[in-house]
Amino acid sequence: MFAADALPTGWFLENAWLIPVVPAIAFALIIGVGKRLPYRGSEVGIASMVVSLFLSIGAVVQWMQRVNAADGAHAAAGGGTGGGVAGTVEGFARTVFPTAAGNGNGEPYVEPVIRSWVWWQNAGLEFGLGQHIDGLAVLMLVLVAGISLLVQIFSLDYVRGDRRYTHFFAALTLFSAGMLIMVLAENMVQLILGWEIMGLCSFMLIGHWWEDKANSRAALKAFFTVRVGDIGLLVGTAIVFFGANQWAVDNLDSNGFSIQAISAWALSGDASSLVLMWGAVALFIACIGKSGQFPLHTWLPDAMAGPTPVSSLLHSSTMVVAGVFLVARLYPVFWEGLAIGPGGLNVIAIIGAITLVIAALLAFVQNDIKKVLAYSTVSQLGFMMLGLGTGAWLPAVFHIFTHAFFKCCLFLCAGSVSHSGSHHSFDMKKDMGGLAKKMPITAGAWIVSMLALAGVFPLSGFFSKDEIIANVGANGYTTFMWVAFGGAFMTAAYMVRATYLTFFGEPRGAAAAEHHEADHELQPAGGVDAHTEEPHDEAMVAAGHGLDVSGDPDPHADDHLHGAHHPPRESGPLILVPVCILAFLAAVAGFTNAVPFGESWEVLKKYVEPRAEVVDLADARMAIAGGPGEAMQLVAPSAAAADACGFDAPPDGAVCLFPAVAHAPFSWAKGFLALGIVGAGLVSSWFMCVALYTRRDRRLVGLTERFAPARWGYQFLWNKYYLDHLYEKVIVHGIAHPIANAAYWVNQKVIDRTVDESGRQTRRAGEFVYRNIDQRVVDGAVNASGTAASGTGQLLRPIQSGKVNQYGALIFGAAAVAAIVLVIVNV
Amino acid sequence: MSGTIATVLAADGINVAKNVGFGIIAFAMIFAALCVVATKNVVHAALWLVVVLGGVAAQYILAAAEFVAISQVLVYIGAVTVLFLFGIMLTRARIGTDIGLFNSGWALGIPVAALLLGVVGWAVLDYTGDDVIANQAPTPTVLLSDAYLGPYLVPFLALSFVLLAAAIGAIVIARKD
Amino acid sequence: MLAANFLLLSAVLFSIGVFGVLARRNAVLVLMSVELVLAAVMLNLVAFSTIVGTIDGQVFTLFVIGVAAAEVGVGLAMVLMVYRNRRSISLDELSEMKG
Repeated sequence: MFAADALPTGWFLENAWLIPVVPAIAFALIIGVGKRLPYRGSEVGIASMVVSLFLSIGAVVQWMQRVNAADGAHAAAGGGTGGGVAGTVEGFARTVFPTAAGNGNGEPYVEPVIRSWVWWQNAGLEFGLGQHIDGLAVLMLVLVAGISLLVQIFSLDYVRGDRRYTHFFAALTLFSAGMLIMVLAENMVQLILGWEIMGLCSFMLIGHWWEDKANSRAALKAFFTVRVGDIGLLVGTAIVFFGANQWAVDNLDSNGFSIQAISAWALSGDASSLVLMWGAVALFIACIGKSGQFPLHTWLPDAMAGPTPVSSLLHSSTMVVAGVFLVARLYPVFWEGLAIGPGGLNVIAIIGAITLVIAALLAFVQNDIKKVLAYSTVSQLGFMMLGLGTGAWLPAVFHIFTHAFFKCCLFLCAGSVSHSGSHHSFDMKKDMGGLAKKMPITAGAWIVSMLALAGVFPLSGFFSKDEIIANVGANGYTTFMWVAFGGAFMTAAYMVRATYLTFFGEPRGAAAAEHHEADHELQPAGGVDAHTEEPHDEAMVAAGHGLDVSGDPDPHADDHLHGAHHPPRESGPLILVPVCILAFLAAVAGFTNAVPFGESWEVLKKYVEPRAEVVDLADARMAIAGGPGEAMQLVAPSAAAADACGFDAPPDGAVCLFPAVAHAPFSWAKGFLALGIVGAGLVSSWFMCVALYTRRDRRLVGLTERFAPARWGYQFLWNKYYLDHLYEKVIVHGIAHPIANAAYWVNQKVIDRTVDESGRQTRRAGEFVYRNIDQRVVDGAVNASGTAASGTGQLLRPIQSGKVNQYGALIFGAAAVAAIVLVIVNV
Repeated sequence: MSGTIATVLAADGINVAKNVGFGIIAFAMIFAALCVVATKNVVHAALWLVVVLGGVAAQYILAAAEFVAISQVLVYIGAVTVLFLFGIMLTRARIGTDIGLFNSGWALGIPVAALLLGVVGWAVLDYTGDDVIANQAPTPTVLLSDAYLGPYLVPFLALSFVLLAAAIGAIVIARKD
Repeated sequence: MLAANFLLLSAVLFSIGVFGVLARRNAVLVLMSVELVLAAVMLNLVAFSTIVGTIDGQVFTLFVIGVAAAEVGVGLAMVLMVYRNRRSISLDELSEMKG
């Protein structure tokens, strides 16, 4: 119809690969010369994030122009294939709304801007680094760059005077670079690269205060738990590669690492369903590890040992979202491999639903404000996975987008509270309460974000969460829809509990300006429990502060010098500005895809969701083939109808690149139901909190001690379902140790004793012979037999001598004997 | 043992120059190998080992594998032997004859070795029979390099990592701390 | 030349090497015997390469040369460490592994 290059690309889209390169270079700069710079490297990190954000916004704008141009050209070309699409996917096991197939309805395929540079070539296989810019990528780019920038600004004040201030900024910058590399990834190898950079940086950042044993343990736990999942990523990549490579070479002149080629392969109908299934399962295991899904979610709450900005970044736009992003990026593989299309019950949906519920339950029993937020993140990730697992691709991506804002804001508020309100403590029950009066701006931002997270109407969480729930229901997963409603209820309830404990009620502990003087005399800094307090080394705070006080723009800095023991008050502007920006975004981000207001509001759907167009293979082949340094372009859309993508195999000579996902129409009934449930959660939880924590209602206080089922439930939750026990006591101690013990026992008891016993028995036999026959038969003969028997024993004993030569002799002798046996058997 | 070889050589029928060369080198190698495992002087053992390894290199040339032969000379005779001599000197073994180079159960080695020789020899004769190796031109080195940088690239890289790890490991193990 | 020539020679070398490994007490001599065994294996590989007429045997021979070099390096380092700790490299005194 029209040539591929008719679509405008523009400088920002063509050079989007610069976005991760800038922070990567900044990282090297900070590490190299950061300590000698006036602001000790932080300015380099922030500048790099500003540049990245600028480039990302440019890319977003140009991407939108590109989509508009494609639509315009398509309309001019005669309206495409509009009409007659409704009901194309009928006959499958679920009800599909007529609009379900509307995706291909007159909307042309918009090719991603793919560029690739080959850095290694081996046996015809090309490994590239490049960019794959489509709607999902630009959305994530702007999200990651923006949130990283705000978090770095927040960190300026928050970690000021830290022991490893420069390294902190270096690691943050590299962390963002890793996520950006992954988001841009054109092929699986690049994706793994970004993924692993993030894993490494999360280890460095969680263990930032590694002097404390608990912190380094948490860092190791995070690293190892994620590693367990990473094996799934490697295995899954290998499976998909071996499945897709030949097909990709034959049909697209590409290879089995290219994400585009993998998508086309998965939807081609030529792929073995078994390969697809195991590939999808292995890749999902990686997501379980990275995105903290049940049963590998245990590392996420422990990762709270890191500094708060790290938790914020980790839990909003990077790291944990990487797993969700991987599923969204390789969605065709999961779609086909796990039979999401026909509405099958699949592992993603199940794991997502389980995670959603159990993490929300756990959030009720936490006293550490950051841990509440951590479990909340886990639960929200469960929401996203549930959405992806039930075919609600766009709502899940939308939820990534909105969740990033309000969760980042909540974490930064928690950081602000601990920084200025509760003396570096995160314990809500001991050191917080009533802070709303002292810290009105923080409290306001918190409440806005918290209501957004709970899903109150005009705020962002309502739109994304409601869309997930609606689509889950519309795609035929009614049970999961009710699970999601339950999750929404619990979200509202535990967030109210955290809000109440932190900002309302009577002040306690540090929030009531009671300093832990006694504690501090007993425990010097650093000796405190890392889970509840961040050990700011006070001498270092003063020293580090002296270094950068010269260029410090913060007027509130001076009293910060004495700030270790201050009554609660509002934080400084460097903390409040990012918090307020995020709160604003958390409030309005939902309008980017406000389904209830009609189609013109569905911006994300128009620009982010890939259109499930069938692509003409002849064009695809020409376009995907790319040499070093050559911009690879895909593809002119063909006239073929696209509605069956992901349901039927594409026609000969064409490929599908994205399944035709369904979209549920918005129904106000469901919307009001969701609002009612959320409202019920908010109100009931509020009254519970007032009764329990302020009025100290007799019936409620101590219920968990008096009432046995409640106590058991509480214990069960308090011990996090005993999963940590399971991993450490049962799996590590219960499997690894017994194996070692058994091996030792076999060695000691069986082998050794056999040898000893055989020797002893032989000798005893000899003695028996000696005693009984000696007296009667000729002496010499008897002596000889006795000596021979004893000798046999002595001969057998040295087999366990520990001497290498003899072991060698046994090995070679046994090998020779075995060879002879084989020869005899075979001849 | 050399008798076996002699009968094989005789069975070949035609004593081409290659066969004669093979026989002479093989005899020298077997004699030297026996000396390696039997001599009472540790340094002499290392020097006899040079003879064996040099003989192996010569056999490679007969088998038309010249690049391998050169590598064998460079690596073994050039490097490994020197390493052995250093090892002997650093462990202060006496330069003269040394009693007690054999362990107490050394006689056990004879039947095991004989058994292995019997099995392997039988298998070889059973497998090859009267097959004759065709005369070949020496292998061009370019084929080897193509193989290394082509289908065997990954093992090649892996081997380089093994060497690196071994170098570091050897330093770590042997340094005084 | 008969195909069996090389293979039989390598079988003989292999057996002699095995005997050395089993009979020697001095760790350095054991390592030398291991070299004999490896030389036999490499000769076999080259012979197979010649018999079959492909290059792969030689490729593997070079791999074995590389690995063997690493093995000697690490092995001698271990012998040195043992010597430094015990003033002896007699293998039959190294029997802490005794069951």
